[in-house]
Amino acid sequence: MSDDKSFHLAIGSRFENIELVQLVLKDSLDQLGLDDDNRHWIDVAVREAVANAIKHGNLQDPAKQVHVDLTLEGGEGHEDWLVIRVQDEGRGFDPSELEDPLAPENLLKPNGRGIFYMKSFMDDIQYRARPGGGTVVTLRKRLNPPQPDDPARPARTRERQA
Amino acid sequence: MKVNVRQRDGVTILDLKGKITIGVGDVALRNAVQEAINGGATRVIINLKDVTTIDSSGVGELVSAYTTATNRGAKLHLENLPAKVTDILQITQLITVFDVYDTEDAAIRSFSE
Repeated sequence: MSDDKSFHLAIGSRFENIELVQLVLKDSLDQLGLDDDNRHWIDVAVREAVANAIKHGNLQDPAKQVHVDLTLEGGEGHEDWLVIRVQDEGRGFDPSELEDPLAPENLLKPNGRGIFYMKSFMDDIQYRARPGGGTVVTLRKRLNPPQPDDPARPARTRERQA
Repeated sequence: MKVNVRQRDGVTILDLKGKITIGVGDVALRNAVQEAINGGATRVIINLKDVTTIDSSGVGELVSAYTTATNRGAKLHLENLPAKVTDILQITQLITVFDVYDTEDAAIRSFSE
């Protein structure tokens, strides 16, 4: 893990604070040498995670905090994974109850796409309830993927075009 | 996000600039569309040329703008989509829901076809 790229942030639950996260995130992503497309899609995925934590987790209570941690994980000196954890103080939710935004009856709904976008733009996302309450979403992106053309577009887009 | 409203050939065009994201840009977009429709506009174009970032809330507002316009008997078209906006609409299969045009001339012409 490289300390100058990792960070921990705690923000009050206001939407305007998403921009603070983006500023700090941008600095880390720039240092990692990711291309423009990857930086953009990681930025959007983290926006979605923080927005969900503020809106659905902490119910926009500014006294409740959202914690954002960025770390690099790997073995033997390699930075293989970019890992971003977003943690709220809410009551949690059951991911299995999420509706499919691609189902015809949901296509024109104004809500319900955030987690789908996160899954599309990252390589792995996981939710878990914290023992003391709240939810942690962990977003992972593989750095230096084996195929050189791999990060050029969001995974879902690539699959659909294949 | 900034919204500039202009008229051309009987069409109300909303030029959006910046981020259409939760809490700020999404509300500005909703208000601009509602003002246009409430003001009697029946042909509306949302120009996305200068949009730098859109999130799921912004996408949701585009969908709401489309359904609001349709329910009120108006037509709403999108023009000048940056590649990343096209991508994000494609991923959730919305690109086929909207009437999308590469240029403003084409978007305006299409109302008469």
